[in-house]
Amino acid sequence: MDLSSQLLQLLFSGLTLGSIYSLIALALVATYNITGVLNLAQGEFVALGALLAASIYAAGLPLAAAFLVSVALIAALGALIERSVIYPARESSALTLIIITVGLSISLRGLALLVWGTEPVSLPAFSSGGPLLLGGAFVNPQTLWILGMAAATTSGLYIFFELTYTGKAVRACVINRTAALLIGINPGTISLLAFAGSGAIGAAAGIFITPVTLATYDMGFMLGVKGFVAAAIGGMHNIRGAVLGGFILGILEVYSAGLISSGLKDAVALIVLLAALMLRPEGLLAISGRKV
Amino acid sequence: MKKIAFPVALILAFAGLPLLIKSNYLLGILIIIGLYAIIVIGLGILMGYAGQVSFGHAAFFGIGGYTVAVLTTACHWPSIAALIAALILPGLVAAIIGGPTLKLKELYLALATLAFGILVHILFNELKGITGGPSGLTGIPYFTVGGLVFDRDIRFYYLVWSAVLLVSLGVNNLIHSRVGRAMRAVRESEHASESVGIDTAALKLQAFVFSAVLAGLAGGLYAFYVTFISPSPFGFHTSVQFVLMAVVGGLGTFWGPLLGAGLVVALGEALRWATPLVIPGAGGEYQIIFFGAILMLVMIVKPGGLGAVMDLFKKSEEGEAH
Amino acid sequence: MKKKRVLTGIIAAIISAGLLLSGCAGSKETLKTGDGGEPYKIGAVIDVSGSSSSLGVPEKNTLQMLADKVNAAGGINGHLLELIILDNKSDETEAVLAVKKLINQEKVLAVLGCSSSGPSMSMIDTVQKEKVPMISLAASSTIVEPVQERQWVFKTAQSDIVTINKLMSYLKEKGLTSVALLYMNNAYGDGGRAAFTAAAQANGVKIVVEEKFEATDKDMTPQLTRVKTSGAQAAVVWAIPPSASIITKNFKDLNMGIPLLHSHGVGNQNFIDLAQGAADGVILPIGKLIVADQIPDSDPQQEVLNRYIEEYSQKYNSPPNSFGGYAWDGFYLLVNAIEKVGADRAAIRDTLENTRGYSGVSGMFNLSASDHNGLHEDSMVMVQVENGKWKLLK
Repeated sequence: MDLSSQLLQLLFSGLTLGSIYSLIALALVATYNITGVLNLAQGEFVALGALLAASIYAAGLPLAAAFLVSVALIAALGALIERSVIYPARESSALTLIIITVGLSISLRGLALLVWGTEPVSLPAFSSGGPLLLGGAFVNPQTLWILGMAAATTSGLYIFFELTYTGKAVRACVINRTAALLIGINPGTISLLAFAGSGAIGAAAGIFITPVTLATYDMGFMLGVKGFVAAAIGGMHNIRGAVLGGFILGILEVYSAGLISSGLKDAVALIVLLAALMLRPEGLLAISGRKV
Repeated sequence: MKKIAFPVALILAFAGLPLLIKSNYLLGILIIIGLYAIIVIGLGILMGYAGQVSFGHAAFFGIGGYTVAVLTTACHWPSIAALIAALILPGLVAAIIGGPTLKLKELYLALATLAFGILVHILFNELKGITGGPSGLTGIPYFTVGGLVFDRDIRFYYLVWSAVLLVSLGVNNLIHSRVGRAMRAVRESEHASESVGIDTAALKLQAFVFSAVLAGLAGGLYAFYVTFISPSPFGFHTSVQFVLMAVVGGLGTFWGPLLGAGLVVALGEALRWATPLVIPGAGGEYQIIFFGAILMLVMIVKPGGLGAVMDLFKKSEEGEAH
Repeated sequence: MKKKRVLTGIIAAIISAGLLLSGCAGSKETLKTGDGGEPYKIGAVIDVSGSSSSLGVPEKNTLQMLADKVNAAGGINGHLLELIILDNKSDETEAVLAVKKLINQEKVLAVLGCSSSGPSMSMIDTVQKEKVPMISLAASSTIVEPVQERQWVFKTAQSDIVTINKLMSYLKEKGLTSVALLYMNNAYGDGGRAAFTAAAQANGVKIVVEEKFEATDKDMTPQLTRVKTSGAQAAVVWAIPPSASIITKNFKDLNMGIPLLHSHGVGNQNFIDLAQGAADGVILPIGKLIVADQIPDSDPQQEVLNRYIEEYSQKYNSPPNSFGGYAWDGFYLLVNAIEKVGADRAAIRDTLENTRGYSGVSGMFNLSASDHNGLHEDSMVMVQVENGKWKLLK
C-alpha cells in the first residue's frame, strides 16, 4: 500500500467518522440555539435509535420499516422528554439545564442497559456486496450510505431553515424570543420541534452506522462528547460551523491515528479544540456572524 | 456563643461517630464522602462564588493521586512530602492552564475544562513509564506521619475528616473576608466589579487554583486509602459527578458541598441495597435509572440545591436580627 | 436558630438513614436454615453494569444458578449457602466499598470477583488486611503476583501469559515470525501487550508494528492501514467486542490478506454473528468450553464442560461463555474448600492454596504457595472460525 492510497483510505475513514460527528454536533447546536439547552443526552438518542431499529429488524420487519419506526419513536421520545423534563425547568439557568440533561443521559443509558443488556447488536448492511476499490482504497459500501445520509440531512435542514416558513420562524425565535411571540410564533412549540428533530437525526445517524460499528447501550456517551467537541470547534452558534467541525474532528482523528500515533489521536483532537477555544472562542465560522 | 456552639457540636458529632459505627464499610463510605466533599468544597468556590464551571476536576483529583502514587512507589518519598507535592502539582497545572482558559466565558470555559480533563485522562493512559498505563500502579504505602500509620479505616476516617474540617473552616473564613465578597461581586457582575477596582481575572484564577489544590489533596488521600491507582476513576464521568454533587448540594452555600457529596454517595449505596427489594433480581441498571431520575427531579423542583434550603433559614435569621 | 437546627436535624437524619439502610441491609435478611445450623455466607463483587458488564452478566448468572443448585441439594454439609452478589458498576471505588460491605456487614467467609482487573486490584488491600480469601475472575497476572503480598488472593481466569504462550507456539509452528500487534487501550489490552511483548522477545518473534485503539472507537481503518504498510505476516488483536468486532470487519473490508489472530476475549458465538461473515478465518487461543463437542473424550475436562453447558443453557436459554466459566471454577474451588474445613477463613485459604488436580471449566487447576492461578498451557486450545462455527485446530 503506497502513501497516496493510504492517504485516500484514511480520507474515506475520516469522512465517515466526520459525518457522524457532524450530525450529532448539528443536532446539539440546533437545540442549543433554539432552546438554550446544551443537550448532553444527544448521544443517547443515537444509541437508542440504533438499538431499537436492531430489535425491530430482529422481530421480522424489513430494514426500511425498522428505520422509519425507530426514527419516529425516538423523535417522539425527544418530544416527550422536552415536555416532561425540559419544559418545566425552562426558566432555570443554563447550568441547571445542562445538569438536567446529564441526569437524563444517565437514565436513558440505564434504560437501554435494562432493555438490551450489554451485548452489542447489529443490523445488516444496507446494500450487499464486498468493499469497492476506489483509487487504491477499499471502501465499504455502507460508508457511502453514511455519507449520503449526512449530505441529505444537512441539505434538508438547510432548505428547511432557508426556504420554509416554519424554518424562518425557528430562526426568528432564535434571534428574538419576544419578537417571535409577538408575530404569533410559539417558542414552546419550536422547542418541542427541536427536541423531536434532534431525536430523529440522532436515531438516523445511529441506524446508519450500526452495520459497521455495531450498537451498544453505552455507545452514546462518547459519541455525544465527540459531537460536543465538534460543535465547539465549529462554534456553538452556527450550524454550518458544527458540520464543518464534525468533519475536521473526524479527519483529524483518523490522520493522526494513521500517520502519527493511535494512542494520541484523541489528544490531538482535544489540543485542536483547546487551541480553537483560545484563539477563536466564537468558533471557526464566527466571521459570517449568522446564527443557525 | 450560639455561633460557636453549633460547629463545636458538629465536630464532636463527627469525632464521636466511629464510637457508634464499628463497621469499616460505613467508615469507608464516610471516608469517600469526605474525600469528595473536599473536592466539592473547592468546586463550590469556583462555581458558586467565582461563577465558573469546570468539567475537568477529575483531572486534578487524578494528578494528586498519581503524584502520591509515583513519589511513594518509584521515588520512595515519605508520605507527608508526597501529599504536599500532591497539593502543589495540581495547583501549578491549574495556574498554567487557568490563565488563558479563564478568559473564556460560561459555556466555552466548560468546554475547555472538559477537553483538559479528557486530555489528562489520556495522558494517564499513555505515559506508561510514569503512570503504569491502563494497568495502573500498585503497592502505594500507607500514609505515615511520625510513626503513626494510617492503615485502618478508623484512623483514615479521622485523617480525612480533619482535612474536611480544616478546609471547611478555612473556606468559611474566606467567604466572609474581603476576597469572598469580591468573588461574589464578580459572580453578580464582572463589569461592575471591575469598575470598582476588583481584578476579576486574578480572582478567578485564584479560585481555580485553590479548587485544584483541594482536588489534589483529595486525590493524594485517595491514593493512600485504596493503595492502588489506575486511570479509570479519573475520567469525564467523575468530573460530571463532582459537578452534580456541587449543584445538588447547592452552589454558594456553606453546607452545599457536604450535603451534595453525602447524598450522592449515600444514595448510590442505598440504591444498591434498596432496588433489589423493590424489584427482585435487579442489577445496577435500575440504580442508574433511579439516580438519573432523582437528579433531574432535584434540578427541576429545587434548582438552588439542598444547601439553598439551609441558607434560606440563615437569611430569615439575619432578617430577624436587623 | 431553632428552625435551622430542626432542619439540620432532618437533613442529617436523611443522610444517616441512607447510610444505615444501606449498612444494615444484610443483617436483617435471614435465610431459613437447614438442620445443620447457620448458613454459610459468601460474597461476590461483579461488574454487572458499566464497561465490563459483558463479562459480569454471565458470571452473575452462573453464580446465581450454582448457589440455587447447591441449596436445592441441601447446602454444604447441612448448611445452606447464602450468596450475596454486589454490582461494582465496573468502578474501582465502588468495588472497594462493596467488598468492605461484604466483609464488615455481611461477614462473608470469602469473596469472589471482580470481573475485570482494575476493580480486582482495588480490593486486594482490603482483603489482605481483613484476612478474607478472595478469588478474582480477571485476567491480569498482577492480581496474584507477587504471591507473598497476595496470600489471600487467588484467580480462576488464565493469566495473560498462559494464553500468550499458546498463541506463540502456534505462530512459531506456522513460521509467522514478524507480526503486527493491535490492542485495546485499557487494562485488558495492555496486559495482553505486556505479556505478548515479553513472550515475543523470548521466542524470536518480531513485532513490526504496534497499534492501539479505544474501547469506544468506531473505526480502526487508520491502525490497519499502518499494519498493511508494515509488511507483517500476521496480525494479533487483543480486544473484546464491540471494538474487536469492528476491527474484524475493517480487516476484511481492507482486504488485508494476512491471518488475523484474536485473544480469548472474543470467544463467544455473538462475536461471530455480529461480524456477519467477517469472522471467518479468525484464529484464537481459548479455553475448551466453546469447542467442548470437539475435544477428545479422554480429556479430563470433558465431563465438567458438558455439565456446565447443559445446566446453563437449560436455565438461561443461551450457551455459556468462558467468563461464566471463571465464575463456575471460582465458586466450586470455594465451595469445595468450605465443604472440607467449614466456616474458617484461614483454613479456607490454606485449602484453596493446596487444591491440586481440580478439573474445572477453564482448565486443570494445580494451585500452590507460589502459584495462585494454577492453570497452564494445556488448559487452552487453538480454534478457528469456519463458516460461522468454532473449529478446534488439529
